[in-house]
Amino acid sequence: MKKYISFFGLRLNMGLQYRVAAAAGIVTQFVWGFMECFVFRAFYETNPAAFPMEFKAMVSYIWLQQAFLAFFATWMMDNDIFDSILSGNIAYELCRPVSIYNMWFAKNAATRISRALLRCMPILIVAFILPEPFKMTLPKNILTFIVFMFTLALGLGVTIAFCMLVYIISFFTVSPQGVRIFFTSLVEFFCGAIVPIPFLPKPLKSIVELLPFAGMQNVPLRIYGGDIYGEELTRAVLLQTVWFVLLVLIGRGLCKIAEKKIVVQGG
Amino acid sequence: MKRGISLYFHYISVIIRSTMQYKMSFLLSIIGQFLISFNVFLGIYFMFIRFNEVKGYTYSEVLLCFSIMLMEFSLAECFARGFDGFSSIVRNGEFDRIMVRPRSPILQVLGSRFELSRIGRMLQAVVMFVYGITASGITWTLSRVITVVFMLIGGTMLFTGIFMIYAALCFFTLEGLEFMNVFTDGAREYGKYPFDVYGKNILRLCTFVVPYTLVQYYPLQYLLGRTESPYYIIYPLGTVFFLAVCYGVWRYGLRHYKSNGS
Amino acid sequence: MITMENVCKSYKVAKRNAGMKEACKALFRRETETVKALSDVSFTINDSEMVGYIGPNGAGKSSTIKILSGILTPESGNCLVDGRVPWKNRIEHVKRIGVVFGQRSQLWWDVPVIDSFELLKDIYSIPKNEYINNLEELTGKLKLNELLRTPVRQLSLGQRMRCEIAASLLHSPKILFLDEPTIGLDAVSKLAVRDFIMNLNKEHKTTIILTTHDMQDIEALTRRIILIGKGRVLMDGTIDDMRRLAASNEASDAEKSLDKIVAALYQQLNIL
Repeated sequence: MKKYISFFGLRLNMGLQYRVAAAAGIVTQFVWGFMECFVFRAFYETNPAAFPMEFKAMVSYIWLQQAFLAFFATWMMDNDIFDSILSGNIAYELCRPVSIYNMWFAKNAATRISRALLRCMPILIVAFILPEPFKMTLPKNILTFIVFMFTLALGLGVTIAFCMLVYIISFFTVSPQGVRIFFTSLVEFFCGAIVPIPFLPKPLKSIVELLPFAGMQNVPLRIYGGDIYGEELTRAVLLQTVWFVLLVLIGRGLCKIAEKKIVVQGG
Repeated sequence: MKRGISLYFHYISVIIRSTMQYKMSFLLSIIGQFLISFNVFLGIYFMFIRFNEVKGYTYSEVLLCFSIMLMEFSLAECFARGFDGFSSIVRNGEFDRIMVRPRSPILQVLGSRFELSRIGRMLQAVVMFVYGITASGITWTLSRVITVVFMLIGGTMLFTGIFMIYAALCFFTLEGLEFMNVFTDGAREYGKYPFDVYGKNILRLCTFVVPYTLVQYYPLQYLLGRTESPYYIIYPLGTVFFLAVCYGVWRYGLRHYKSNGS
Repeated sequence: MITMENVCKSYKVAKRNAGMKEACKALFRRETETVKALSDVSFTINDSEMVGYIGPNGAGKSSTIKILSGILTPESGNCLVDGRVPWKNRIEHVKRIGVVFGQRSQLWWDVPVIDSFELLKDIYSIPKNEYINNLEELTGKLKLNELLRTPVRQLSLGQRMRCEIAASLLHSPKILFLDEPTIGLDAVSKLAVRDFIMNLNKEHKTTIILTTHDMQDIEALTRRIILIGKGRVLMDGTIDDMRRLAASNEASDAEKSLDKIVAALYQQLNIL
C-alpha cells in the first residue's frame, strides 16, 4: 500500500509543478461550463415543460461535470502506459514485484485525483458565488451529500476500470491509439458527457441507464442535484457496484492472459 | 508559390506512406474521429426530438449552421492543423531543423504535421454538409450559394488564423496552451448553434474578440432569409483582416524565438 | 569565410526548486535568472578549414552553432558567413550550409531513407543532375546501398548516422556543422564517420565545424581547436597548444591521454 501512496504524492507534486497548465485548464473548463449553461438555458426558456430535470439540478450537473472532468473523462488516458506498450518498456514493468493491473490502476487513480484536486476547488467556489440562475446549489440534505461522495468514488472506479480494459486490449493490437480513440468516442455519448442521459428519448434512456457507462458521471452528478432519489437511487448504486466489480474482474482476467502472451514490440 | 505547393504535396505523400505502415491504427482513428463528430450531431438530434426548436431556430436551421461550421473547421484543420503539433516541434528541437532549411517555416510546419486521421472528421463534415444543405429547405439562389462559398472561405481563414496564433504562443511558452482549445475545438463545438442562442454577451464576444459571427451568425441570417441586406454576403471575407493580424503575431513569435531560443 | 566578432547572447530561464512547499510557493511567484550563454566571442574560420569546437556541457557550443546557422539572433556583435549575416538572410544562408544534430534525426521515421532524401531534394530545390551525382557519391562513400530502401526505424544508430550525414550533404553545402556526430556509435561506425568527414574536407574543400565531447574525434580530424567555457573563448590553437596550456600548470599531465588533459584543463580553467 505504501508504494501506491508515495506514488500518489509524486503525481500530486508533478501536477503542482504544471501550475500554469492547471490554471489554463480551469479557465477552459469555466468557459465550457458557461457555454453549457447558456445552451441549456436557451432550451429551457424555449420550452420549460419539455425540460426533463429541474434547471437547478442541471446547473449543478454542469459545474460538477467541469470540476470533476479529470475523474470521468475517458479520453484522459495515461500516455505513459500507451508509450510503454508501444516502445516495449513494458518489459521493465513486468520485472517489478507488483501486479501490473494494480499498479496501473493506482497510477490512473493518482493521476485523475491529483488533477481533479487541483482544479475542482476553484471551479466549485466560483460556481457557488455565481449569480442566479447559474449558481450552484447545495444538495438537499447531508445524506444526499454522503451518497454523492460515495457514488463519486465508485464512478471514478468504474471509469478507471473501463480505461484499464482499453489499455489491456492495446496489448493485443498493434495500434493502441486507434483502439483508444475508438472506445473513448463510443463511451463519450453513452456516459452522458454530450447530452445528460435524462434528455434522451424514453426507450433509449432506459437501455443506456443499464450500461456500465451510466455508472460513471451520470449517477453521482444526478444524485447531487436530487434528480435520482428513492428507489431509483438504490437501483443505480447497486448497478454501479455490480459493473465496477465486473469490469475489474474482466480486466484482471484479460491482464493475466496478456502477461502470458505478451509480445514486446519495438525496441 | 507553385514550388511551395508541390513541396507541400510531397510532404503529404511521405506522411501518407508513413501512416500506411500502421493501417489498422489509421482505420480505427478515422472511425474514432468520425464518431467523435457524430456524437455532436447525435446531441443536437436528441435535443431537438425533445424541444423541436431553440430560440426560434428549427432543427433544419441549426443543422445547416452546424454543418457549415463543421465544414469551415475541417477545411482549416485539413491544412493548418499542422500548427496543432507545434508545441512538440518546438519542444523536441525539430524547429531548429526547420530553421536551417531554405523554406518558409510555415510551409514546413504544415507539411511535417498532417494528421491523416482527420479525414474521419472531414468525412463527417462532408456528410453533414450535404445533409444540412439538402434538409435546410432553403431555395438556393445564386447569392445564397455565393454566401455559403464565402462562409467556407472566411471560416477556413478564421480557424487557420487561430491555429497560427496557437503556434505563435508556443514560441513564448509551452505551458498552459490548453486554453487555446476554447477558441478552436470550443468554437467548433459551440458553433453548432447560432451564437445568439447563447445570449447577447456571447454574441458580442464572438464578434469583437474573435470574429466568429462573421462566418456564422451574420451570413446565416441572410441564408435563412431573415435579412435582405447584401452586406451579409460579404461579411465572411472580413476574416482576412483577422488572418493578417494572426500572421503578424506569428512573425512576432518567430522573432522572439530567434532571440531567445526555445 | 566565417567571422564572429564580439558576439554576446543571454537567456532568461525560470528557476524551479524541488519539493511540495517550493512548488506551492512557485504557484504565486516565479523567479527567473539571466544566463549568459556567450560573452564576447570572436574567431575567424577560413574556407576549407576543419575546426574542433570543444567545451564542457553548457559552455555555449550549441548557442554558437545556432547563431552561425541562422536560428538565433545574438544581442550584440557581428557575424558573417560567406559575406552574409546568417539571421538576416536566413533562406539564402541556409542553402549553403549543412547541419547534423547528432542527437536528433531529420529523417522520416516510418519511410525508407530514400523517400526522405527525395523530399530533401524538393526542400532544397536541388537540380536533378546535382542530386543524382551527390546521391551516387554519398551512397558509395558512406556505403548506403543496402540502407536506402529500409525504413529509418529499422536502422541501427550507426547506419542512421551515416544516412543523417548524407542527408545534410545532398545540396552540396560549402559549410558543414557537425554537432556530436559520433555520439553513441560503435567503434566501426565511428571510424567510418571520421574517415568520411576527413575525405569530405580534403576532396570538396568543405569547411567543417565539429562540436564533440569525443577527444579522439578531435585528435583524428582537426588541426585547430577552439575551446570555449562559460561563454568565452579560452583557447584557439592546436592540440599541442592545448597540451602546453595544460602542462604549464601541471607538468606531469603532459603525456596523459587527451581526455585527461581536457578534464584537467576544464578544472583548471574553472569552467565546469
